[in-house]
Amino acid sequence: MSSRGIADKVAVVSMGCTKFGERWDSSTDDLLLEAVGECISAVSGLSLDDVDAYWLGTLGSGQSGLTLSRALGTEDKPVTRVENYCATGSESFRNACYAVASGAYDVVMAVGVEKLKDSGFSGLLRADPPSDGTAPELSLTAPAAFSLLDPAYCAKHGVDPAQMREAMTHVAFKNHSNGSRNPKAQFRSPVSKETIDGAPKVAGRLGVFDCSGVSDGAACALIVPAERATEYTDRPMYVKALSLVAGSARGSMDPGFDFTTFPEVVRSARDAYQQAGIDDPNRQLSLAEVHDCFTPTELILMEDFGFSDRGRAVKDALVGEFDADGRLPVNVDGGLKSFGHPVGASGLRMLYEAWLQFQCAAGERQIRDARTALTHNLGGRPGGCVSFVSIVGTELGALKR
Amino acid sequence: MHRWGSGPCGRLQRGDGVTAKLIGYGTYLPRYRLAGSDIGLRGGDRVVASFDEDSTTMAVAAARSAIESHDLPDHVYFATSSPAYGDKTNATAVHAALGLPAQAFAADVGGTGRSTIAALRLAAGSGGLAVSADVRVGRPGSADEKLGGDGAAALLFGEGPAIADVIASVSSTSEFLDRWRAPDSVTGEQWEERFGAQRYGDLVSAAAAATLDQAGIPEVDHVVLACPNTAIVKRAATLIKGAVSTTTSPIGFSGTADAALGLCGALDRVEPGQTILVVSAVDGCDTVLLRATDRVSNARQRQSLRERREGGLPVSYLTYLAWRGLVEREPPRRPEPDRPAGPPAARAADWKFALTGSRCRECGFVHLPPARVCRECGVADSMSPVPVSRLGGTIVTYTVDRLAYSPSPPVVQAVIDVDGGGRCTLEIADAEPDRLAVGARVGFTFRRLFTAGGVHDYFWKARLADPAETEES
Repeated sequence: MSSRGIADKVAVVSMGCTKFGERWDSSTDDLLLEAVGECISAVSGLSLDDVDAYWLGTLGSGQSGLTLSRALGTEDKPVTRVENYCATGSESFRNACYAVASGAYDVVMAVGVEKLKDSGFSGLLRADPPSDGTAPELSLTAPAAFSLLDPAYCAKHGVDPAQMREAMTHVAFKNHSNGSRNPKAQFRSPVSKETIDGAPKVAGRLGVFDCSGVSDGAACALIVPAERATEYTDRPMYVKALSLVAGSARGSMDPGFDFTTFPEVVRSARDAYQQAGIDDPNRQLSLAEVHDCFTPTELILMEDFGFSDRGRAVKDALVGEFDADGRLPVNVDGGLKSFGHPVGASGLRMLYEAWLQFQCAAGERQIRDARTALTHNLGGRPGGCVSFVSIVGTELGALKR
Repeated sequence: MHRWGSGPCGRLQRGDGVTAKLIGYGTYLPRYRLAGSDIGLRGGDRVVASFDEDSTTMAVAAARSAIESHDLPDHVYFATSSPAYGDKTNATAVHAALGLPAQAFAADVGGTGRSTIAALRLAAGSGGLAVSADVRVGRPGSADEKLGGDGAAALLFGEGPAIADVIASVSSTSEFLDRWRAPDSVTGEQWEERFGAQRYGDLVSAAAAATLDQAGIPEVDHVVLACPNTAIVKRAATLIKGAVSTTTSPIGFSGTADAALGLCGALDRVEPGQTILVVSAVDGCDTVLLRATDRVSNARQRQSLRERREGGLPVSYLTYLAWRGLVEREPPRRPEPDRPAGPPAARAADWKFALTGSRCRECGFVHLPPARVCRECGVADSMSPVPVSRLGGTIVTYTVDRLAYSPSPPVVQAVIDVDGGGRCTLEIADAEPDRLAVGARVGFTFRRLFTAGGVHDYFWKARLADPAETEES
C-alpha cells in the first residue's frame, strides 16, 4: 500500500476531553458540550462560529451530523458523522485533517462521543443488519474474540501460560497505575496484581480487569493548516502521519492466520512510519497510546509496532519496558483499560494525552521531553479489523533520532 | 399407490406394497444424561437432548448416520411429536442439512409413534429415508421425565442390497384415551395406566399372532416392542417372547423414535437369517416382521445404540429444567439476539443448513462461509462448492465466553481449520471446556443456536471428536 500522507500540513491547536466514566447525569449532548467547550475556551477569542466544518465520530450514540449540530446549535455548518467500529474517534480526526489539508476549510473540529452506560447491558452492543444468524460475532462478545489471542500466542511462542497470565496482569496493573494519576480517567484506584488475577472470568482467561472500561465520554480536536497553527497556540501538535487499514477479514477463514498478530496493524504501522519518516520507533517515539481493549491485545501490539521482537512482548512487558518510567511509555494516561473506552471518543482521547504531554500539562504523569507520539485505534476483532495509526509531534520537519 | 393395509381381515389387516428394501439405518442419542437420583430413579440416568437440540437437529444426526456410504435419498419422511415448527415443514431443514437436491421430496408425518410406522411405510414404498426424532418432556416428577428419553432413528430404503427383508406386517387401529397432549402444551397426560394396559395387551397379542400367521412361522428371534404405556413395556417379555431377545427402546419411551430406535438396536446385533418382529402399540397396534440378510453384518451403524447409550455427560437437574423452559434462570446482562432473517437465511442456505463453502477455482483458497471474491487472489465469481459437514477439523484457538447471551451460558467457541483446507469459527456443542486444547480434533453437528422471535437459528457447531471416533477415522 502506498500513501503520500499529509505530514506537517495540518496541526492540532486545541483539544478537549471530558472525564470518562459512568456519567449517569450527563447526556450525549452534555458530553459533547463539555468537550467542545473545553477545546474552544482554551483559545482566547475563539468561538464556535470560527469553526468551518465538523466531523463527528460515534459508534451508536446518535446518527447523522444532526447529533452534533443539534447539541451545539451550530448554524448550517457541514457536519459529517463517521463510524468505523472502535476506530471511530480516530476516523473522525483523520477525515477532519484531510479536510484541512485539502484546503477546503481552514478550521475544522473532529469530535467523538459515546454514551455506553445508558443501555443497562455489559460491554458493547452491536447494531447488525438482518442476517442469516450464522456469523460467529453474533454470539461471541468482544472479550471472547480477543481472548482467542491467549492460547494461540502461548502455543506459537512456547510461552508458559502462567507467564502469559503474569504479563496480562502486568498490563492491567500498569495501566491502572497510570490511570490513577489521571484526573479524567474512569478508574483512578491502583489495583493490586492479586486483585487482577483473582477477578471473575469474563471470557477464556480474561477476567474483569483484563477488559477496558465501559464508559461515557467525549473528546475533540481543533485542526488548522500547519502554517497558521501559531496563531492559535505556542505549542501546536503537528500531524506527521495518518494511516487507516481495513483488512479483508480473511484471518477468520485463512489457515495461515495464527491469532498472534494483527496484520492490519502491521500494515498501518508500516504506512504511518513511512509517512512520518520513522525507522526506529523505539528511539524516535516519546510515548505510544495503543488500543489496549484487552490485556493480550496490548502485548501483541508491542510486537506489531516493532516495540518488541516477535515472541518477546511478554518478557519486555514484565521487565517494565512499557511502564510510565520504562524505555517507551505505553498508555501513560491509563489507556482504554483505566481511562475508559467510550468508543467514538477513544481515538481522540489518545491524541488528547499526546497533546497534554506536548504542552507539559500532564501533571504527575508528565514524560520528560515528550516530542513524538503514536496513537493507535483498532476496530473489529482478531482476524478481521480496521486499524488506525497516527504519529504526531511538536516540531515541523524530519523527526530526530 | 402402495397399499399396506387393504383386505378384509377383521381388525387386523394384511400389509403389502413394499417395493423398496431396507438398506441402511442409523441412530442418534444426545450426549447429556440426567442423573437418576435427580428424577426419582433408583439408579442409572436419562438421556436428554441438549439446549441446542430439537427433533429436527436429532433427525439430521440420525439421518447422517443412516445415509453414510449410501446414495442420497430422494424421499425424506420425518416423524415427530415434538415438531420445531408448526405451519412450516420441518423435514425441509433435514433435507437442506443433508444437502439433498431440490427434487428430493421431504415431508413431515406428525403426531405419535403411529407416524413413524406411516413414515416407514411411505419410505418402504417410494424408497428413501424414514426418520423419527423426539424430545420427550415431562413435568418434574412425572413418568415421562423419569422413564422417557430423547433420541432419533433413521431407516433407509432403496434399491440396493437389503440388510433385512420385510416378510410380514399387520395393522390395527383403535380409538381410546391412554396418552394425549394438547397441541400448545409441552408436557403430556395419561389416563389411569391400567386401562390402556388392558387395551394394549389384547392388541399386541392379537397383532403378534396375526403376524406370525401371515409369515407362516412359529416364533421370531428378536422382538422389539414400542408402547407409550409403561405397564405394557414392563410386561413385554410375557406378552410376546422372542427366541433370542425381547427388547424395548434402550433409552425409555422416546415418542415417535421409540419403535425405530428399538428396531435399530436389534439391527445392531441380529445375525443373518434371524427375524425381528417390531410391534408398535400406539392407538392400535402395527407390526413389521423382518428377516436379516447376509449383508447385515457389514452394514451396521458405525457406533451401536448400546455404545451410544453408554457414558455421556452429566447435566444438573436445574440446568436441564432451564433447557426445557420449565424454569427461567437469570440471563447474562446482554441483549438477546435478533431473530434470523428469512431472506438472508434463504440466500445462505447452502452454508447455514449444509455447511457448504466455496473453493476458488483459480488458486484453491477455501472460503467458509462461501464468498464471491477470493480473499487470496481476488478473482471474482470463480468458485466451486465445498461441503465440509462430514469432514474433520482441528482447533486453532478457542474461548469460553461467560458474557455472551446464550440459551445455556457460557458460549464455547473455537477457530477450526478444516481438513483439506478452509477455516471457520463455530460454537462448540456438548462442550467439555477441560478437553479443549489447541490441536484438538472436532467433527461437525447440526444444531439450533437459539430461538428468537419464534425463529430457530439452525446452524452447525463443532463437536470434540470422541477418542474412539478419532481412532476409527
